[in-house]
Amino acid sequence: MTDIPAPRHIPDRLDKPLRSAIFSWEALLVVVAVAIFAINSFASPYFLDPYSLSDLTFNFTEKGLIAFAMALLIISGEIDLSVAAIIALASTMMGMAVQAGAGTPVLVLIGIVIGLGCGAFNGLLVTRLGLPSIVVTIGTMSLFRGIAFIVLGDQAYKGYPESFAFFGQGYVWWVVSFELVLFLIAAVVYWFLLHRTSFGRRVFAIGNNPIAAQFSGVRVGRTKFILFCLTGLMSGIASVLITSRLGSTRPSIAQGYELEVITMVVLGGVSILGGAGSILGVVLAAFIMGLVTFGLGLLNVPGIVMSIFIGLLLIIVIALPIVWRRLRGGR
Amino acid sequence: MKAFLKYREIWLFAAIVVLIGLISTRFPAFADLGNLRQVFNDTSILMILALGQMVVILTRSIDLSMASNLCFTGMVVAMLNAAHPAIPIPLLIVIALLVGLVLGAVNGLLVWRLNIPSIVVTLGTLTIYRGATFVLSGGAWVNADKMSPDFIGFQRAAFLGIPVLSWIAILVIALFFVLMTRTALGRSIYAIGVNPTASVYAGIDVGRTKFIVFCISGMIGGLSGYLWISRYVIASVEVANGYELNIIAACVIGGISIAGGIGSVGGAVLGALFLGIISNALPVINISPFWQMAISGSAIILAVVLNARSERQQGRIILRKIEAVT
Repeated sequence: MTDIPAPRHIPDRLDKPLRSAIFSWEALLVVVAVAIFAINSFASPYFLDPYSLSDLTFNFTEKGLIAFAMALLIISGEIDLSVAAIIALASTMMGMAVQAGAGTPVLVLIGIVIGLGCGAFNGLLVTRLGLPSIVVTIGTMSLFRGIAFIVLGDQAYKGYPESFAFFGQGYVWWVVSFELVLFLIAAVVYWFLLHRTSFGRRVFAIGNNPIAAQFSGVRVGRTKFILFCLTGLMSGIASVLITSRLGSTRPSIAQGYELEVITMVVLGGVSILGGAGSILGVVLAAFIMGLVTFGLGLLNVPGIVMSIFIGLLLIIVIALPIVWRRLRGGR
Repeated sequence: MKAFLKYREIWLFAAIVVLIGLISTRFPAFADLGNLRQVFNDTSILMILALGQMVVILTRSIDLSMASNLCFTGMVVAMLNAAHPAIPIPLLIVIALLVGLVLGAVNGLLVWRLNIPSIVVTLGTLTIYRGATFVLSGGAWVNADKMSPDFIGFQRAAFLGIPVLSWIAILVIALFFVLMTRTALGRSIYAIGVNPTASVYAGIDVGRTKFIVFCISGMIGGLSGYLWISRYVIASVEVANGYELNIIAACVIGGISIAGGIGSVGGAVLGALFLGIISNALPVINISPFWQMAISGSAIILAVVLNARSERQQGRIILRKIEAVT
């Protein structure tokens, strides 16, 4: 018998030349962010003030929290359009609890549990019944917000306890808000989860090829179920923050957030087709969207016009590398 | 396959009949022919929009920008009418179709030429078109008193006892029926949804067909823009906000598979009618209109569950054979 050749050494990860780091998506986002930051500080004298910069963070922290979980979900090839509706439902339930005389810890618990429950409901429908998530979550989006409308109608819940206001309005240190701290902690946690654990590798594997992942022993359904639960959980947390910041609940709370969260995720370089993306990109995208809306706000540009910039930014940032590659490729 | 598709629409039709029956037990006048005609007229715009969305979904794409397109085109037409009341209505409708076509073509070009997923493109244009409406109007509204009587009256005029709006819907339904079942374009739209790779080998230009499909949905959005504004006689930035998901909901209830390739004109029309009946019935049977959202949400989930059941029995057979061989 011939000698069996020694198994070839397969490196854990390929060497990354500096060039690929410079031309990476995150580098592009950093350039965009710095450019917008510079334009903003020239355009308005009030921009470079620690207090206004602190206000700026409120523009993206709540949506950003959801965007982290949504990034994982989209990388795995699914999507959740019901996140804003989960916020509305959780907020409505917290409002009901306030009417029943619940204290702050109970309120937070209710918000988080309702969020988790809604996420689990989505997850069960998608993984147990094998339904396409985009349709399921369009349905649950109407259902969750519909329940909020049934409970509240055209009324609003108010009278949240004073200690409850801390989550959305409180500061941990100087101008650093509780929301920002939570956002940064979540960024680190999700970065670790996605890029440093086997769970994260499984998420990428599922997104790239769910059938191959299944045959490699990855429990696809269970992993996706966990991701839906996580997205629900983050929506529940965001609901606590928003409710606390606004101090009232209407059934139309957080309307349209789902599209902003998805824009954030896609802008962050996560492939909408699944299988690729990074948490750093999402963090940068969150900053960029916050910078754009806040900067334009200082210049008295109405919110609806800002949305043009966000929309253009989304399409241009996605189209740019494609056009660039084509020009260089000479095709 | 064809018999099977018909089968599903018959079920949806039966569900609608049962729904009308249930409503008429509490409010007998609901099942009157006159009232049903009214419901059809109320649902006309949603039906037209659902058909435009259907051709997009059939090719495995999605158009989230339809409601924003409607809003923008409606504003263009309303402002034109306010400034130049002399422009005849048929010309305004042509303008609406053209404006819609341009907006749809932008989506189509980005999808076709740059290969960006349609959900990303239309997510972007959804906000851009609505923002553009604000820029165009400066945030102002165009009210009924600024619109010419013809502008408002055109779709309300009765022709053979049925309002023109309903006739437009019937015409659009007929056109789509011919398009989907009697033309090569309709066949290629189905082919792309069922198997894009095989379509390329069959000589279908997938990118160009997707471009055409977005042009169609754009024109439909534009047409609906005029119809919507002249029906609710107010043009503002808020018009049809969030309506894109209602359109998709109508398609889903109508049995159009979001994975592409499955769906029919009849399904889209019935899906829209189902939602239209619910929204018309709730006030007359004394249920708070706030229930509507939750009910249509449940209907969507139920429809997906039922559709997935029937879809699953197809394609798996090949896999089973492979498993048997190896």
